[in-house]
Amino acid sequence: MGKVRIGVFICHCGSNIGGFINIHNVLEYTRGLPLVKHTEDNLYTCSDGGLSSIKEKITEHNLNRVIVAACTPRTHEALFRRACEEVGLNRYLFEFVNIREHCSWIHMNEPEAATEKAMELIRLGVMKAAHLVPLEAASTQVKPATLIIGGGASGLSAAVNLANQGFDVHIVEQTGKLGGLASRLWKLMPGDRLAHEFVEPLVNTVKKSKHIKIYLNSIVKEISGFIGEFNIEVKTPQGKKDFSVGTVIVATGARELTPIGLYHHGELQGVLTQLELEQMLKRGRKRFRNIVFINCAGARTPDREYCGRLCCATSIKNARYLREISPSSSVTVLQRDVMAFGTEFELEYRRAQDAGVRFIRYEPDRPPEVIGEKKVSSVRVYHTLSGEEIMLPASMVVLTTPLIPNEGAAELSRMLKVPIDRYNFFLEAHLKLRPVEFATDGVYIAGAARFPVDIREAVAQGIAAAAKAAAPMTAGEVILEATIARTEPLLCSGCGNCEMVCPFAAVEVRKDDKIQNKSFVNAVLCKGCGACTAVCPNGAIQQLGFTDHQIFSMIETMAFEDGSDVF
Amino acid sequence: MSSENKSKAYQPKILVFACNWCSYAGADMAGVSRLQMPPNCRVIRVMCSARVRPEMILSALFKGIDAVLVLGCHPGDCHYSEGNYYTRRRGIILKKLFDAFGMMQERFQIRWISAAEGVRFSETIREMVERVARLGPNPLGKDHGRFTP
Repeated sequence: MGKVRIGVFICHCGSNIGGFINIHNVLEYTRGLPLVKHTEDNLYTCSDGGLSSIKEKITEHNLNRVIVAACTPRTHEALFRRACEEVGLNRYLFEFVNIREHCSWIHMNEPEAATEKAMELIRLGVMKAAHLVPLEAASTQVKPATLIIGGGASGLSAAVNLANQGFDVHIVEQTGKLGGLASRLWKLMPGDRLAHEFVEPLVNTVKKSKHIKIYLNSIVKEISGFIGEFNIEVKTPQGKKDFSVGTVIVATGARELTPIGLYHHGELQGVLTQLELEQMLKRGRKRFRNIVFINCAGARTPDREYCGRLCCATSIKNARYLREISPSSSVTVLQRDVMAFGTEFELEYRRAQDAGVRFIRYEPDRPPEVIGEKKVSSVRVYHTLSGEEIMLPASMVVLTTPLIPNEGAAELSRMLKVPIDRYNFFLEAHLKLRPVEFATDGVYIAGAARFPVDIREAVAQGIAAAAKAAAPMTAGEVILEATIARTEPLLCSGCGNCEMVCPFAAVEVRKDDKIQNKSFVNAVLCKGCGACTAVCPNGAIQQLGFTDHQIFSMIETMAFEDGSDVF
Repeated sequence: MSSENKSKAYQPKILVFACNWCSYAGADMAGVSRLQMPPNCRVIRVMCSARVRPEMILSALFKGIDAVLVLGCHPGDCHYSEGNYYTRRRGIILKKLFDAFGMMQERFQIRWISAAEGVRFSETIREMVERVARLGPNPLGKDHGRFTP
C-alpha cells in the first residue's frame, strides 16, 4: 500500500460545529500533524458537494486514509465509508472523529477549550488512521421472512406491504384480535369515517393472505440470532412455536393511560376517558347533557413530561361529535394549550368552535376540580382569561389521557437489544435520518411504540418499516461486519482464554491433525465485541479495526501531547 | 482561582472508553440534548466495554493521563449478552490491585450508561472531573507538582 497519506475533512455542520469551534485554527493544527497530506473544511461534509470532494481529493492527492471530523459514526459512518469505496479506497481505511455531539454541542460556552479538544480528538483520529489496514467483509444470506410484533394499524400495514412483495410474514399479537387500538375507536378524524370501515378491510386482507401467519393471544418469548436469521420462540395458546426470520418489525403500539385516582376516575360515576366515551358512542348512545372534557390529564406533568400529541385532536373530534349528535348538549373543553397541529387539525379546531364547543384554558398549578357525590355533578375551574373561578354543571366528565407504551416493551427491548426511553417508548437509530430503524441491523420500528401517532402516521410508518425490511430480504444477503476477531497463529499459545470469554462460541482452540492448539475464529458467528482480544496474553487474537496497536497508540498520543513519541 | 490565570490553570485530562451500543450513544444523546459539561474528557469508542484490556487502563494512568473512565451498558443490557460482566469483574480485580499498591484507586472508575441516558453521561463526566480536580494531577504525569510553590 505504500506510505500512509491521510486526508482530513472537517465539517462545519452549518453552524453546529463552526459556530463554536474555530475551524480555521483546527485546520492549521491538523495540517501540521504527521502523515496528513490534505486538509479541508466543508460547510456540510455529508452533502453531495462534500462527498464528491472527498472522492476527488482521494484521487488527486493519492490519499490512502480518510478522516472526517464531524458528527457521530453511529449515523454517518456508512455514508462516508461508501464514498471512499466508490473511488476504490477500502471502506475500513476511513476513520470518524466526533467533534459535534462530543465537543461543540457540549462545550458551547467554552469556544477555546472546545477548539483545543477538537484538535486533540483529530490527533487521536490521525493516530488511529495511521494504523488502519484494509479489511474484507464476508456476507450472509437473509431469509425472506419477517416477524411483526403487534397486530395494530402499523403492524398490519407493514404485513400487507411485505406479503404483497412475496415475503413470508409472522404476526404475533398479544390480544385475541387484530386491529389494535384503532379497532376500539368510533370515528376517525379527519374524514369522519367510522374506524371499522378502515380497520376491517385491512384485517381481512391480512387474514386472506397466504403469506401471512397470525399468532393471536401470543407473545414472543425469545429472540436470538441476527439480521438474516433471527430464531424466534413464540408462546401461543397451542404451545410453543419456533421459526426463523430474516428481519423483525416492532409494532407493539400503545394504550390509553388509565387515570386511576385522577379527577376521581373510578370513584365517581360519570368520569370517563376518551376511549370509554368512544365506546359509548359506538354503542349508539344519542343523548348527552352537560359534558366537560379535561385535557392533559396525566400528561405534561413532572412524572410524565411528554405531550400526548393526539389528545387535543381526540378531544376536538369527540366534542364536535357530541354537539352534532345531541344539539341540546353543552360541551366544554378544559385545556392547557390546544395543539392542533398540521393542515387539518387546526381547521377541525375551528369547526368544533363553530359547532358550539367551548374551550377554556386552565393553569396547571390550578387544575380543575371535579365535584360530586357518587355521581359527578359539576366542575370548578379557574378561568385564566377572566381571572375568576367558574362552576360548570357536569353530567359527565371525560378525561383526555395520553397514550403510554404497551406492556412488554422493556422485555422486548432486552431481547432485541434495542433501547427504550424512560417511559418505555422505543428509541430509533436516528430521529431524522433513520426514523424506522433501530441501530441493530435487521430490526425496525413502526407506530405508537415509538411515540403517540395517529392512524395516518401509523400506516405510513408501517409501510416505511416494511420497505426498510424488504431491502436486505430482496438483496438476499447482507455484508457482515468486517471488524471481527482474527488470530495470528504464530503468536497463539493455545491457552483458551478467548474461547472461554466469547459470548457467541465463535472462537475455539483447535486440536486436529493440521492445526495444533491454535485458536480459530468463525467469521459468521463472530460479532466483533473484542472480548477475546482483551484477554489474550500474547496479543495473538485481535479485533480488526480495534486492534491493541490502534487503541494503545491513541492512548499514547493522548498522554504525550505532541505525539512525537509514537510516530 | 482568578480569571486571568484561568487559561494556565491545570486542566485534568480524562480518558473515556465508551461502548458503541449504549454509552457512546448516551454520549451522543448528551450532545443532541446540548447538555454542557467540562471539556476534559476524550472518548475512545470501542464496540464493547469488554474490549478494554486492563493494560490500557494501566498504560494510560502510568503515562500520566489523570483518570480513566470505562463506560458500558447496564448489567443485563449488553449488546453482546455478557461483555459488561467481564468488565465489571475485571474492574473489581484492577481496583484491588490499585488498593494493594496504594495508588490510583480513585482515578479508575466504571459506570453503566444506556443509550437514553444523556443526562447520566453528563453527570458522570462532571463527577469524574470534580473527583480528579480534588485529587490533583496524576503523580506520574508532567503536571504533577504544578500546584506546589
